[in-house]
Amino acid sequence: MTAATVDRETSGARGDQPPVPDGAITITVKIMRFNPEVDSEPRWESFGVPALPTDRVLNLLHYVKWYLDGTLTFRRSCAHGICGSDAMQINGVNRLACKVLVKDLMSGGGKHTTITVAPIKGLPVHKDLLVDMEPFMEAFRAVKPFLITYGNEPTRERIQSAADRERFDDTTKCILCACCTTSCPVFWNEGSYFGPAAIVNAHRFIFDSRDEGSQERLDILNDAEGVWRCRTTFNCTDACPRGIQVTKAIQEVKRALLFRR
Amino acid sequence: MQFHKYDVVIVGAGGAGMRAALAAATEAGHAPRTAVLTKLYPTRSHTGAAQGGMCAALANVEEDNWEWHTFDTIKGGDYLVDQDAAEVMAKEAIDAVLDLEKMGLPFNRTPEGRIDQRRFGGHTRNHGEAAVRRACYAADRTGHMILQTLYQNCVKHGIEFFNEFYVLDICITETETGPVCTGAVAYELATGEIHVFQAKAIVFATGGFGKVFKTTSNAHTLTGDGMGIIFRKGLPLEDMEFYQFHPTGLAGLGILLTEGARGEGAILRNASGERFMERYAPTIKDLAPRDIVARSMALEVLEGRGAGPNKDYVLLDCTHLGAEVLETKLPDITEFARTYLAVDPVKEPVPVYPTAHYAMGGIPTNIHGEVLRDNDNVIPGLYAAGECACVSVHGANRLGTNSLLDINVFGRRAGLAAAAYAANHDLVDLPENPTTVVENQVSLLLSDHGRERVADIRTELQATMDANASVYRTEETLKQALHDVQALKDRYAHISVQDKGKRFNTDLLEAVELGFLLELAEVLVVGALERKESRGGHAREDYPNRDDTNYMRHSMFYKQGDSLKSEIRLDYKPVTFTRYKPMERKY
Repeated sequence: MTAATVDRETSGARGDQPPVPDGAITITVKIMRFNPEVDSEPRWESFGVPALPTDRVLNLLHYVKWYLDGTLTFRRSCAHGICGSDAMQINGVNRLACKVLVKDLMSGGGKHTTITVAPIKGLPVHKDLLVDMEPFMEAFRAVKPFLITYGNEPTRERIQSAADRERFDDTTKCILCACCTTSCPVFWNEGSYFGPAAIVNAHRFIFDSRDEGSQERLDILNDAEGVWRCRTTFNCTDACPRGIQVTKAIQEVKRALLFRR
Repeated sequence: MQFHKYDVVIVGAGGAGMRAALAAATEAGHAPRTAVLTKLYPTRSHTGAAQGGMCAALANVEEDNWEWHTFDTIKGGDYLVDQDAAEVMAKEAIDAVLDLEKMGLPFNRTPEGRIDQRRFGGHTRNHGEAAVRRACYAADRTGHMILQTLYQNCVKHGIEFFNEFYVLDICITETETGPVCTGAVAYELATGEIHVFQAKAIVFATGGFGKVFKTTSNAHTLTGDGMGIIFRKGLPLEDMEFYQFHPTGLAGLGILLTEGARGEGAILRNASGERFMERYAPTIKDLAPRDIVARSMALEVLEGRGAGPNKDYVLLDCTHLGAEVLETKLPDITEFARTYLAVDPVKEPVPVYPTAHYAMGGIPTNIHGEVLRDNDNVIPGLYAAGECACVSVHGANRLGTNSLLDINVFGRRAGLAAAAYAANHDLVDLPENPTTVVENQVSLLLSDHGRERVADIRTELQATMDANASVYRTEETLKQALHDVQALKDRYAHISVQDKGKRFNTDLLEAVELGFLLELAEVLVVGALERKESRGGHAREDYPNRDDTNYMRHSMFYKQGDSLKSEIRLDYKPVTFTRYKPMERKY
């Protein structure tokens, strides 16, 4: 993607800025902008933002939106890494903007630092950092991400040992932020690949002792667009803001396919 | 303008909204055409941030019964709880948890493989004898698991969602028998288009309004939209002065650290290391209800016993729990402390201070989720559930875990009631020009009519609410807050929205949200000024005692006109009692 660069470090301000807190340094936030209503192609734009080392990148984006350019568009909600709204490429790596602190990104000496922010890759960009999540959610829904059981339900809860519960604990943490899927080179090249997040959510049920739908799900994942596309580059595992061992989960699904009855 | 017709329309896709949708789709005995409208994406809602658990007297690990749960809820709510509603909630809690397990929710398990249970604030054995293990949980991400499980089941049952559709108004048609709710009007974020959803029944499940405060556990998107819409329609809001401050927010940030930490044995300490809750609640100590713990923490700081360089917080000590308990039962909060404060709870105590957390008040409903149009009568076709609603099961102070319970019990009830109503009624014609209010609102905000910045007004609103209307309040601080909020409302008339586009105009969205916040902040402050007593989450320094003679009653707020600055009329509604007489509240 080629992108023109505009420097708005000193221009574009909307009136007086709020007071700069003690200890703040100026960070250059370089953002990939694209609004199909006015732009023919994406462009880079830079903003000077006062920031504390403990600020989240999300705070910097809010500063730009609230005080410099109200048209900057991104999703966010909980602001502490639980809702999964604000996945974006920060300095080239998929992260949640609310979970990366400025101090983690400061270059040596911490005098003048540039942080680049771009939309996650492989999904159509609607506007600035906000992408179309539908292809991602479609892949999620396609793997039957829900408990499948047959026969009568028990009157009380189903019994599950603590060890059986632990077996799929890691993949229950997924918040559907798409950091993993949009860091996957296979997904970039072939958007039809289910992608890591869908497989993680299939894993969450395949390895749940209460579930009786594993065979259906494994059939789906055995498809041409399924788990065999994975080339174990581990980008997904590195990108996961929840620390899920994504690649391991995918490998476990592959193994389940190889050794299934 | 686009037009849609449904039997049931649910506004909000958090726990209450999705539970309502599932009840309508799978339990109603017929399948009403149902749509869920959400201003976010499903699974982004703040139900997912709830951590500690969901109480139900399963008695899986020790003796318990739902009557004790009812009593704890009523006492915890400082006797402002409608007791019939609390009984319904505690009784149906058991099936609510079992239903979630059957839907696939991965609860933590006991050694026997049953759903495990932990202690939580204010939940006790035999009417206050000792803390009881009642909270069913999935590590410290119970809300996340509930939200995911409900969405998974919505996928399973093919529930129809309209994502990023921001509902800005409801349609009320005047009929011979009185007003009837006939639809909802939404602004589609992707296109800027306005959609009218005509429906037999509308369920509001739009969440809270924590963003009136600066220090809050709430998401940026929790701006009280649903309550604001209802209030602007001249329908009442109830008990809005009762706002909960969760004791353990990360100091300075407000990010929630679950009460489940104290349920697992963590201890609050002041600067000198003293376990100060022993002085305030000698029996259950750190597991006293949230209002009591939050006030105690604020007092410790006010009286100079706070920790840190500015003595402005206290410490949550988890160090004796050991790394294994923290990593397995409290992994998320352990990570929050590490990420946001660079403090490792395994090795050192965590700085905490109360954070604005939950609205006990909201849209008044009966136990079927039907919305009241005045103190006594419902408006047919309109339902509400979850934090935006006030049943009232939480009274003056909600017990921990009872919100996840509330969304499941009353979300389901509202969904069932809406489906039943839809089955027995025909569509009623919409009022003339149903989109006028929304069209005018949007075009006014986008027009050039001033230079005030949304962020400035919001920042000042949050600052005055934190300073003047939080844990402790006085006549003087509340008058200051009222003055400030009214002045900010004047300035709101001159805000400028910089983004004039149609596509994902989140600049416009924030301006609309700010309007709702200003509306609700004033209601909260007016209610707090008028209630000259201390009860639950409402603590008046100038009136430190509970006054049952004059204030054992629900506040009902009515907006008296169409402008942002219209007068608020305050009325009262009696509390429903069944078997529990008000007593002094000691723990």
